[in-house]
Amino acid sequence: MIELRHLQKDFKVGGDTVHALDDVSLDILSGEYVSIMGPSGSGKSTLMNILGLLDRESTGEYRLNGQNVSVLNDVERTRVRRENIGFVFQSYHLIPRLTARENIELPMLLAGISPKERRIKLDAVLQKLSLVDRAHHSPNQLSGGQRQRVAIGRAIVMKPSILLADEPTGNLDSKSGSDVTHLLESLNEEGITLIVVTHDQAMGNRAPRQLNMLDGRINDEIKV
Amino acid sequence: MRWLDFLRFIGQVLNRHRFRTLMLWLAIAIGVVAVNLLTALGEGAKVFVLNEVNLLGRKTLIVLPGKKETTGGMPPLSGQSPRSLTIKDAQAISRLSAVKAVAPLVLGNIEVSYAGKLREVILLGTTPSFFLMRNLEVSQGKVWANVDMQKGEAVCLIGHQLRHELFKSSPALGEWVRAGDRRFRVIGVLKETETSFGFDMADVMIVPIASAQSLFNVDGLFRIFIEVKYFSQLVMAKQKITALLKKRHEGEEDVTVISQDAMLSSVQGLLDILTIAVAGIASISMLVAGVLIMNMMIITVSQRTKEIGLLKALGATAGTVRLLFLCEAGLISLLASLSGLVISYAVLLVANTYIDTLQFYSPWWAQLSSLLLAMSFSLLFAWLPARRAASMAPVDALQGQQKRGQ
Repeated sequence: MIELRHLQKDFKVGGDTVHALDDVSLDILSGEYVSIMGPSGSGKSTLMNILGLLDRESTGEYRLNGQNVSVLNDVERTRVRRENIGFVFQSYHLIPRLTARENIELPMLLAGISPKERRIKLDAVLQKLSLVDRAHHSPNQLSGGQRQRVAIGRAIVMKPSILLADEPTGNLDSKSGSDVTHLLESLNEEGITLIVVTHDQAMGNRAPRQLNMLDGRINDEIKV
Repeated sequence: MRWLDFLRFIGQVLNRHRFRTLMLWLAIAIGVVAVNLLTALGEGAKVFVLNEVNLLGRKTLIVLPGKKETTGGMPPLSGQSPRSLTIKDAQAISRLSAVKAVAPLVLGNIEVSYAGKLREVILLGTTPSFFLMRNLEVSQGKVWANVDMQKGEAVCLIGHQLRHELFKSSPALGEWVRAGDRRFRVIGVLKETETSFGFDMADVMIVPIASAQSLFNVDGLFRIFIEVKYFSQLVMAKQKITALLKKRHEGEEDVTVISQDAMLSSVQGLLDILTIAVAGIASISMLVAGVLIMNMMIITVSQRTKEIGLLKALGATAGTVRLLFLCEAGLISLLASLSGLVISYAVLLVANTYIDTLQFYSPWWAQLSSLLLAMSFSLLFAWLPARRAASMAPVDALQGQQKRGQ
């Protein structure tokens, strides 16, 4: 369902051109659990941002569910992103003024879903992530693990087919980190395509399919 | 996004970032208040000067003895000319068809005494129409009824301060006071706070014109005040009066007829400077207010670049993001501007209650332009950074960066 063909992403740094992605071609099937690893500057975050339609490739083609999203304009890409992709960031990116419940509700608000439907979906997600008693807390009243659970709730509330996680445990202690990892994996077991970017080897090794990046290329691929 | 959710989202931003909202509100409200108050100050000064200058009514002419060659400036107050104006001149003028009323005036200093108390005051000799033309009101008693300019009568009206100094709290009406070598019966007291034509009317004595002439032993008049029936006849009346007096004075043009226009033109330069000053004050305060609002807005919106990136990542289009920030800025600036106007009204009300000499008021154009200015600066400087952030790739906005790789 994800098809990348000869993807290229160049940045100009001073007078030099840096190839953040260098001719990357990749297929990821529906329901897969893929980890992308590599040192800083290897292009894994760039790949992730392009997969999530947060950034545009310089050249190459990206097909999502058979649709060529490389040629879409920003408004169309926004719609595709909203309907297909959920994000989990290392630093959570919760809006501090909104409560946990309101943060999770935000994608549905932006999508224009009716209040009644929103409430049903919200209750289900809060239940699933054991956040019911934290629903009306603001992010700064929550622990790191709880914040990341709220972020995951926000990522899955629109029922996307793909969940992109960028260092989801990077800011967490090992206990909270493994909780979050298990949560993501359980979502994968329910059918969501899970793509995790990490330089934590232990976390990366949990995925059945592991991609190693170096200098903007997929250097090595391990399938367990 | 549903419009109700849209409004609720904006409400949450304003409500939950209270400090920021307050600062922004203050910046905008202070801007509006500054523009309105400073303009009101300048406008008040201008109106004050205008009122001081606006001594004559629009339909009033003044004839004074002696010829002034230039139109600007006040003629010498005590100008003695070879041939003086007389009561017969005044009567002749009153027979002109365009003339509604004529009030000749004689004035001089005189000692007034009552029960051993002595005061030196200005004595005016005139006719009852003088009271109407100068809007002098009488608080006790009334003006004498005799309209025959030739006929004297031993009656007088006195200013309220003179009344107080001579009579204290005892009744003044009907009492006889001595002025010079004659006695006059008090038949009226002028209302308080009357000033007219530069005289403090609190400290004067007014008697019939013929009585004043015989008291001072003069034939001539100090001034003749003339009110024409219609403003449109003013110029024509001025010519006719000049011609009439020339004829009466054996072909010699030895009087000066002035109207308000002539007097106003002598202070026109002053008024021009005041108008420029008011406009200058208004525009400088608007500039300052605008910069204040601009800074607050740019900071407020730029701080939220990450939020803009997040909203886009979560499925908001660039258009939705721009609209959100524009509406947020529009709402706060509208509320803040309106409260700024209310504060301005309140301050001006208090100022006008406690300050008598100047009347401050903020003209409609200042109110409107301060409102428009505050709104447009808010919207513009919310829109610019919001548009920039919304047009970035979401990933750049999320990282709060201007441009990657630099």
